[in-house]
Amino acid sequence: MTLDRPGFLDPVAEAQSCFRSVLSAMSRPGSITAMSHAIAAPPLDPATAAVLLTLVDADVTLWLDEPLMPSWDWLAFHAGVVRAPSRAEAAFLCVTALPPLAELFAGSDAAPETSATIILQVPGLTDGRPLTLYGPGLEAPAVIAPLGLPDDFVAQWEANHRLFPRGLDLMLCARGNFLALPRSVRIGEG
Amino acid sequence: MSGYNFAYLDEQTKRMIRRAILKAVAIPGHQVPFGAREMPLPYGWGTGGIQVTAAILGQDDVLKVIDQGADDTTNAVSIRRFFARTAGVATTTRTTKATVIQTRHRIPETPLRADQILVYQVPLPEPLAKLEPSRAETRQMHALAEYGLMHVKLYEDIARFGHIAISYDYPVMVNGRYLMSPSPIPAFDTPKMHRMPALQLFGAGREKRIYAVPPFTSVRPLDFDDHPFRLIRAPHPCALCGARDSYLDEVLTDDRGGRMFVCSDTDYCASRRDIAEAAGEAA
Repeated sequence: MTLDRPGFLDPVAEAQSCFRSVLSAMSRPGSITAMSHAIAAPPLDPATAAVLLTLVDADVTLWLDEPLMPSWDWLAFHAGVVRAPSRAEAAFLCVTALPPLAELFAGSDAAPETSATIILQVPGLTDGRPLTLYGPGLEAPAVIAPLGLPDDFVAQWEANHRLFPRGLDLMLCARGNFLALPRSVRIGEG
Repeated sequence: MSGYNFAYLDEQTKRMIRRAILKAVAIPGHQVPFGAREMPLPYGWGTGGIQVTAAILGQDDVLKVIDQGADDTTNAVSIRRFFARTAGVATTTRTTKATVIQTRHRIPETPLRADQILVYQVPLPEPLAKLEPSRAETRQMHALAEYGLMHVKLYEDIARFGHIAISYDYPVMVNGRYLMSPSPIPAFDTPKMHRMPALQLFGAGREKRIYAVPPFTSVRPLDFDDHPFRLIRAPHPCALCGARDSYLDEVLTDDRGGRMFVCSDTDYCASRRDIAEAAGEAA
């Protein structure tokens, strides 16, 4: 139970600076970004908690996986967020293990912006298997090596990217830092 | 300013706009619908750009606002004052000092950096609107990347005038996928959008659309191999600073046909004159 934990101390200014961190990360895929205001609300990572308070409210639905469920009351109290009936219907998913991407809502060709955003909490953003990113936002291909991705991640992401403009957007959070992988990036091994 | 939230908009509205901006960045060139609010100035005065700026602006930002390249025209002055009053942010007219630049119809001559954000005010976000009046239809055309109609329009220009007769709001392809209106910037500015290091955000208030071009993203003017896109610039140097590389305004100086050509970007022109003056004093 984490209901007694505070959210943003200065909601207007902190939500704004956290949003700019998220916007910067989304504009520059793979760049490891320090969340400007970390929020202690375990089991949520400080970066995960800040991303959620920045983006979700009563207008959107959220899905938490089992290990993060203890944070539900805290999120409901601070953000008033609505619980998604199933993960396939969620606008935001906050998870500790990546669900099969093909099972989530990827939007439609006419309204690809309605697709889900996944916030995945991982053990670390470095020291994992190297992945090379290509696409908008990158001056040159970038290499990331996050931990905690499924073995078939590259193949799953390739299928997700091929749906473009439909597709899922992913954020990886670990220890107050995060990086973003919008659907527009292509990911290769090595 | 008391009685208002920081940067005028309430927090729930800002979150809605912020979510739209993130999806817009993830789908470069796609128009994301958003719930545009009524602003304390009329549609057509930059309400879309103002709402995008309000959603991203923070206390540490330095804001520059230009209207047709100038910092001192009515629209620019009133929007700059609006944010100085409602957000208390620092403002500047220097392109190099700004972190957020809101613009109506120009891209500054000074190349923008990766730590800057350019916010465009957009009157008509739909590039196909003049060819196909139905929004339902154009949405479907974007979904299918069916842009033949625009190629026909360009071809008809060539057949009638011998060249593509579009001097502003020149249609561009973003990331090889979406046809996008660059807002009514002169065709002269279009190449600046290609692989720009700064994030470009577009807000259309009346039409309730937000779209974006992430940094280093391909933005190509639509053209034909045998009729490639050409820059159009008045064949004169700036009468004030002598620049031969900037976009020029034609200014009538009397009623006997007198005229002069001056830089449309007032900061660029003033900076060049300052440098020339300093060099003159040093000599």
